[in-house]
Amino acid sequence: MITRHDLRHAGLTGLWFMFLTFPLVVIKINPIEHTVHWRWSNMVWIGVVSFLASLTIRLVQGRRRTGENEKQQSLLQTSVRQFDLLRRPAFFRAALITSSVLLISFPLFFSSYQVNILTTALMYVVLGLGLNIVVGMAGLLDLGYVAFYAVGAYTYALLHLHFNLGFWMVLPIGGLLGALFGLLLGFPVLRLRGDYLAIVTLAFGQIVRLILENWSEFSKGPSGIANIARPGLFGLTLSPEATITYLYYLMIGLVGLTVFVVNRLQNSRIGRAWQALREDEIACQAMGIDKTKIKLSAFALGATWAGMAGVFFAAKTTFVNPASFTFIESAIILCIVVLGGMGSIAGVMVGALILILLPEYLRAVADYRMLAFGAILVVMMIVRPQGLIAPKRRTYTLPSTHNPVNSSDVPASDR
Amino acid sequence: MLELQNIDVFYGNIQALHDISITIRQGEIVTLIGANGAGKSTTLMTISGILPPRHGRVIFLNQQISGLMPDRIVQLGISQVPEGRHIFPALTVSENLDLGAFLRRDHAAIADDKAWLYGLFPILEKRRQQPGGTLSGGEQQMLAIARALMARPKLLLLDEPSMGLAPLITKQIFEILLKLNKEHQTTIFLVEQNANLALRIAHRAYVLENGRVVLQGDAAVLRDNPVVQKAYLGM
Repeated sequence: MITRHDLRHAGLTGLWFMFLTFPLVVIKINPIEHTVHWRWSNMVWIGVVSFLASLTIRLVQGRRRTGENEKQQSLLQTSVRQFDLLRRPAFFRAALITSSVLLISFPLFFSSYQVNILTTALMYVVLGLGLNIVVGMAGLLDLGYVAFYAVGAYTYALLHLHFNLGFWMVLPIGGLLGALFGLLLGFPVLRLRGDYLAIVTLAFGQIVRLILENWSEFSKGPSGIANIARPGLFGLTLSPEATITYLYYLMIGLVGLTVFVVNRLQNSRIGRAWQALREDEIACQAMGIDKTKIKLSAFALGATWAGMAGVFFAAKTTFVNPASFTFIESAIILCIVVLGGMGSIAGVMVGALILILLPEYLRAVADYRMLAFGAILVVMMIVRPQGLIAPKRRTYTLPSTHNPVNSSDVPASDR
Repeated sequence: MLELQNIDVFYGNIQALHDISITIRQGEIVTLIGANGAGKSTTLMTISGILPPRHGRVIFLNQQISGLMPDRIVQLGISQVPEGRHIFPALTVSENLDLGAFLRRDHAAIADDKAWLYGLFPILEKRRQQPGGTLSGGEQQMLAIARALMARPKLLLLDEPSMGLAPLITKQIFEILLKLNKEHQTTIFLVEQNANLALRIAHRAYVLENGRVVLQGDAAVLRDNPVVQKAYLGM
């Protein structure tokens, strides 16, 4: 049943969207002829579509709220069960095998353009998993993560430029330097939490970028460093296509290593300490956990992966300059972690693939791709605020006889 | 076992504790009572190393512990049940207990202790796979105590275990504390506002007022003290 209230709300939504998208879709300036082209029909379309969309959403929500409660309940349960599927070992193993077979055979079936894009996406998987240690597991909001990525990239660029060191030599060095910079950032922020921590890490990211931009004798400034060697394969010379495929498989290897190590870390003593730190600092101290050590280890181990991904980035693009390490990179990596599901390895992987691949494939809608991208992000956060794949908790076996109320997802609302 | 010698503690320029001296002997329950803002929690924080004293020393088992980091002090055998419980809400009861044993590496003994604590708090065993945040207040308090005991402390510090709990639950918890002390000789330092109950289970007591110890002695004697009765027991 459509009420007048619904219509009014949908109408307002339509108007709001027309207003929001006005500068983007209506005005088109032709800088050569100095004319402005007003595309009013676009505005009408936006209005109509958002009006209808809003009306549909309201109707669906209204139906969910009133009547059909039982049906909804069962619907909800099936959807919960579907997500639980991921936690069943047999299913998980099957999914793991299928996806690895798909990933490994990918270059056989797709063009090198596609392989290249996927390599980039996998690089962000590594970055996301690294940041996930800091943000997802230890609960420390880090907005300057890209700094460590830059450290890795410049490590390779500079060591190659001055000492002609190869990729394989620099990869561990990049990781170590990343960790070192992680500690460097960690020390001053030990006492900070929440917003303050976010601000300081943000500044740290900017400082690193500004140094790279302005200290020309050291980093060659904004013009960057070019002609960085690609990774070697026992001295073989590879054709351009083969190089892309080779880089892809290297990246698969790095992702595999990252997943393995991060998974082990998560279930280790130190992983539990990170979780404890995220949950409650006071209790953490009461347990005899050394807060300093645990925080620093989170920063260092998180930054290690960014360092290695940075080395890889430099090797892949053969060129680095400070423009690759702006705040927006940090924001995207953070988005990957939050959108995928903080603290969940599978979630971060899916998040990275979606966030990096989506803009590429949205090129179909050309001019509006970032607009569509933003809209998709907003919708995803509304639909699944806990992330695509919520962090895996131990399964709760509920003896339904004596505590019927407590299900695993019920938060403590009435305590 | 534990000795606070002439402790002065400051928050910036404000002095919170004036010349506090407290002694706790092996196997005792000692309670520290006082009104809001008297300095009870500050005293505990000083013992656990979060707030170092400006003057005076804290001695534990013939070793000076004032000035050590909190994690070192836990390692030496002092576990604290923090005020307001501070359990880990998203971790299960079982994981909460595991974190209590964070500093220990004797896995077999840890499992034994866990079984023993489940025996002591049967409700925790029933809820062992539930996130700590879904427990009721009383259950959370029990979890906080059990978690502290997982470290096998030589001295257990409790900061207002009765806070926000129904009288019946409080009584239950105090009975368990008494049992721990009698059957396992756990030394307990109990900070409480509920002076009536605290004085009933404790051997000795200190009364804190405005950062100073104003009375001390046997709990039974203090309970009959007219000043204490008037100020803290509501008689």
